[in-house]
Amino acid sequence: MTTTTDLVSYEDALASYDPVMGLEVHVELGTRTKMFCGCSTELGQDANAQTCPTCLGLPGALPVVNATGVESAIKIGLALNCEIAEWCRFARKNYFYPDMPKNFQTSQYDEPIAFNGYLDVQLEDGETFRVEIERAHMEEDTGKSTHVGGATGRIHGASHSLLDYNRAGIPLIEIVTKPIVGAGERAPEVAKAYVRELRELIRALGVSEARMEMGQMRCDVNLSLMPKGGDKFGTRSETKNVNSLRSVERAARFEIQRHAAVLSGGGTIIQETRHFHEDTGSTTSGRVKEEAEDYRYFPEPDLVPVAPSREWVEELRAGLPEQPLARRNRLREEWGVSAVDMQAILNAGALDPIVATIEAGADAAAARKWWMGELARTANETGVSLDALAITPEQVARVTALVAEGSLNDKLARQVIEGVLKGEGTPDEVVEKRGLKVVSDEGALTAAVDEAIAGNPAIAAKIRDGKVAAAGALVGAVMKATRGQADAARVKELILEKLGVSEG
Amino acid sequence: MPGITREEVAHLARLARLELKPEELDHFAGQLDDIIGAVARVSEVADQDVPPTSHPLPLTNVMRADEVRPSLTPEQALSGAPAQEQQRFKVPQILGED
Amino acid sequence: MTDSIIKLTAAETAAKIASGELTAVQVTEAHLARIEAVDEKVHAFLHVDREGALAQARAVDEKRARGEKLGPLAGVPLALKDIFTTVGIPTTVGSKILEGWIPPYDATLTKRLKDADVVILGKTNMDEFAMGSSTENSAFGPTGNPWDLTRIPGGSGGGSSAALASFQAPLAIGTDTGGSIRQPAAVTGTVGVKPTYGGVSRYGMVAFSSSLDQGGPCARTVLDAALLHEVIGGHDPLDSTSIDAPVPPVVEAARNGSVQGMRVGVVKQFRGEGYQAGVIQRFDESVELLRELGAEIVELDCPSFDLALSAYYLIAPSECSSNLARFDGLRYGLRTGDDGSHSAEDVTSLTRAEGFGPEVKRRIMLGTYALSSGYYDAYYGSAQKVRTLITRDFEKSFEQVDVIVSPTTPTTAFPIGERADDPMAMYLADLCTIPTNLAGNAAMSLPCGLAPEDGLPVGLQIIAPALKDDRLYKVGAAVEAAFVEKWGHPLLEEAPSL
Ligand SMILES: [Mg+2]
Ligand SMILES: [Zn+2]
Repeated sequence: MTTTTDLVSYEDALASYDPVMGLEVHVELGTRTKMFCGCSTELGQDANAQTCPTCLGLPGALPVVNATGVESAIKIGLALNCEIAEWCRFARKNYFYPDMPKNFQTSQYDEPIAFNGYLDVQLEDGETFRVEIERAHMEEDTGKSTHVGGATGRIHGASHSLLDYNRAGIPLIEIVTKPIVGAGERAPEVAKAYVRELRELIRALGVSEARMEMGQMRCDVNLSLMPKGGDKFGTRSETKNVNSLRSVERAARFEIQRHAAVLSGGGTIIQETRHFHEDTGSTTSGRVKEEAEDYRYFPEPDLVPVAPSREWVEELRAGLPEQPLARRNRLREEWGVSAVDMQAILNAGALDPIVATIEAGADAAAARKWWMGELARTANETGVSLDALAITPEQVARVTALVAEGSLNDKLARQVIEGVLKGEGTPDEVVEKRGLKVVSDEGALTAAVDEAIAGNPAIAAKIRDGKVAAAGALVGAVMKATRGQADAARVKELILEKLGVSEG
Repeated sequence: MPGITREEVAHLARLARLELKPEELDHFAGQLDDIIGAVARVSEVADQDVPPTSHPLPLTNVMRADEVRPSLTPEQALSGAPAQEQQRFKVPQILGED
Repeated sequence: MTDSIIKLTAAETAAKIASGELTAVQVTEAHLARIEAVDEKVHAFLHVDREGALAQARAVDEKRARGEKLGPLAGVPLALKDIFTTVGIPTTVGSKILEGWIPPYDATLTKRLKDADVVILGKTNMDEFAMGSSTENSAFGPTGNPWDLTRIPGGSGGGSSAALASFQAPLAIGTDTGGSIRQPAAVTGTVGVKPTYGGVSRYGMVAFSSSLDQGGPCARTVLDAALLHEVIGGHDPLDSTSIDAPVPPVVEAARNGSVQGMRVGVVKQFRGEGYQAGVIQRFDESVELLRELGAEIVELDCPSFDLALSAYYLIAPSECSSNLARFDGLRYGLRTGDDGSHSAEDVTSLTRAEGFGPEVKRRIMLGTYALSSGYYDAYYGSAQKVRTLITRDFEKSFEQVDVIVSPTTPTTAFPIGERADDPMAMYLADLCTIPTNLAGNAAMSLPCGLAPEDGLPVGLQIIAPALKDDRLYKVGAAVEAAFVEKWGHPLLEEAPSL
């Protein structure tokens, strides 16, 4: 990572070349236990506190397959429109690395559990693109190393490393696309949309939370260019562990520009792994594959074949949830919102909270208004995701109900939400404690109106003369006097009534 | 089948993470060549239409329920470690990936 | 006193402890004394767990004193091959790379022995990682054959067979990947059984070749082997390849030996060049004996057996090259070269170079070669096809016969050092035992006399179909009884006193 990389402009690159992409996504399953042993997968535990002879690779230990891991793999395969193998085996992928206790990864090789599928993804403008799926297979995660003695925990210059195997053996599903061709200039956008759609799908299936920022979903972007109009793929680079949606798009874009620069300069692309840097949006050379990697795969003799019965597969198929894209399109119609607005809802992570709020009895427009307005703003300001806010969809629904029945106006409702977020209790408790209730007592209101008229004779006179618009100032005075708890519409009615004018 | 060269033995040793001395390379090259020469007979069946056997018994679908079993304590896990620090296995610097 | 105790069979010992005629502590002390007296010469044990054994024996005696019911082998001492993990007791697999490693967990087999109140005396010597047929490949020095200490006790489980033949223990455990239970039994005049693959849990048994490895009982009599088989056998949810069915009725079979009306096969591929004349002579006499006892002898042709050795020396090294990758000097065991100047990768290579002996390295290299891209199909792939053909030859044979018999080994025990530098000659020791490992079925070796030319034990191998382990005991018990009657005493009585 020394020299700066030559790039050509994105437009120029696309004028001469067609990008070909392959995306490999690893998803950590949310099973209670690891793939091949009964160790807990709970996060945040002490180092090496969730290890056993099997996931430490101690001599003599043996693996046993987690049934839920297999079930999740089949669900993912089905949701990706894949065929499910009638019979498949695990295989050992042999290579030495300190974070891998057995020095082989238990994975699948030429017999993946799911293969030959596709996923339709939607771009920002609503256009749909079909990404073909090569395979989805089961494997296990590695341990975690911490590098000590070098700069900022990097491997270079470290004097030694410390290994924690709590993550070793956590089930992974690796999902590999077929080469994505024909996306042209939209390739980076397709890459991002694919990873996002896959994440939505994984979450909808309930098999993982697929939080990229926590490494529960990791993407490798393979990219090559072929001359426009050609049909022979170029040499690819493999950008590893691109771990946010935005980075996926940027990494693809950067590699297109870099490849184009190399190729137009008469150079050749070397097959290598590359690393993406969030700060600069660039990639740098990783490990060059000078000797072709020889993993010496062979069927895992310690595990017997997996042969999912067709009954089981059909049962799982019947239980699949609605595809996220289809669901979004349905909701979009039901709610009457635009593709762009729907995209915004999705990007904000508001879709599920809104649906849940509607299910709890709220009106669709009101639910959208609160989640995309007040709550999205708060989430943004505090830097948390919507579902991490201290308010439930049921509580939001309750607030909208109070507004609908006239007990709260919007201003008061915002205060109620603020109170709930501050942990002051349920919406009703906050209303109670803060004394937030629209004043609907006519006596009190009339007194306040009288007071306002008496205190502002000039304005009152204007109104009497027919300048109805001037009533706003008196309404404001009343609202102020009632600390915002009056129903503004009713106040205006009362003022006009008192002054003997009628609206319109 | 061609004989196994010293270079091939060196390559295998690298793959297998075995630091072999020069004389060992020669010794193994000769022995591996003899053994491979003798066992290469199995390729007599290579073109026969016979399914390969990876497991001696025809078992399938042996799985466990997704239920937590007790792990080792970190002390037990680290009990054989040649070096440790901060309740982690301490290993010399790792080359390669960055 | 000691002498009379150590010569008892396991069944007799258990009966005397149950009746109170002997205490478990007396029995254990007698064997510890025997070990003290002779093991310097034999070198069957790598580690003797004196305190642990006595504690276990005391627990048995206390149990009996409380009136609790004792299991059929309660208080009987056993020598455990150093390939099974044992909490608190070193487990080395005969390798320098694991020297001093004390496992934090018990193998399932270890647990079952403890649960059955069997007294584990210690861990026995073996070829490093069970690779070998002579126990000369142990990093901790060879074991002598009690019949002639200058000869090999077989391998890889030579420590276990030598412990039995020198009366240091009435029971032992072995593991059999290509013959490592049966071949040592044959050359020491003892009994060894390789159960059907999946019959005894492999959890906690350090892997050599996962699809071939199988633990099993070693003893001096067929009944003792059956009693031990019943204790260690049966389903284990921690081993995915474990058979989920009850252990075949081996003890009942051993108590009711008979070959009357049985069809016994003789495979024509199991003789000819490389077989010692005296071994063939004793084998032919055994076949004749079976006929006299009422068996019908059927000649069998199993052409694929000629390829078994070749297939084995591709499959076993391939699996071992992967199984032994975990010994990298990072998490347990030996670490070499960690002086601040070497990377983790270098330390791994240096550790493995120092920690593994030549035979282990040879097989790792061979397996790495056989699995590498470009060679996989020709070698590993073809070997797996041979495996299918061998299984079919067995299946066809077992349509015609109930069991198959053969010599266990082509020769009697050879002198220590004779084949050390000739791996191919060494591999021939497993010629008759390997087909069974490849197919996964069950087999036993039991003594059938001494070869006239050298006066050393010859083993008779009995092979049964998968899951029919009880047939081995039924036939074995009948043959054993007939031989003992013919000889007037068990064969081991002819062994020299040490
Ligand atoms: Mg993978
Ligand atoms: Zn574990």
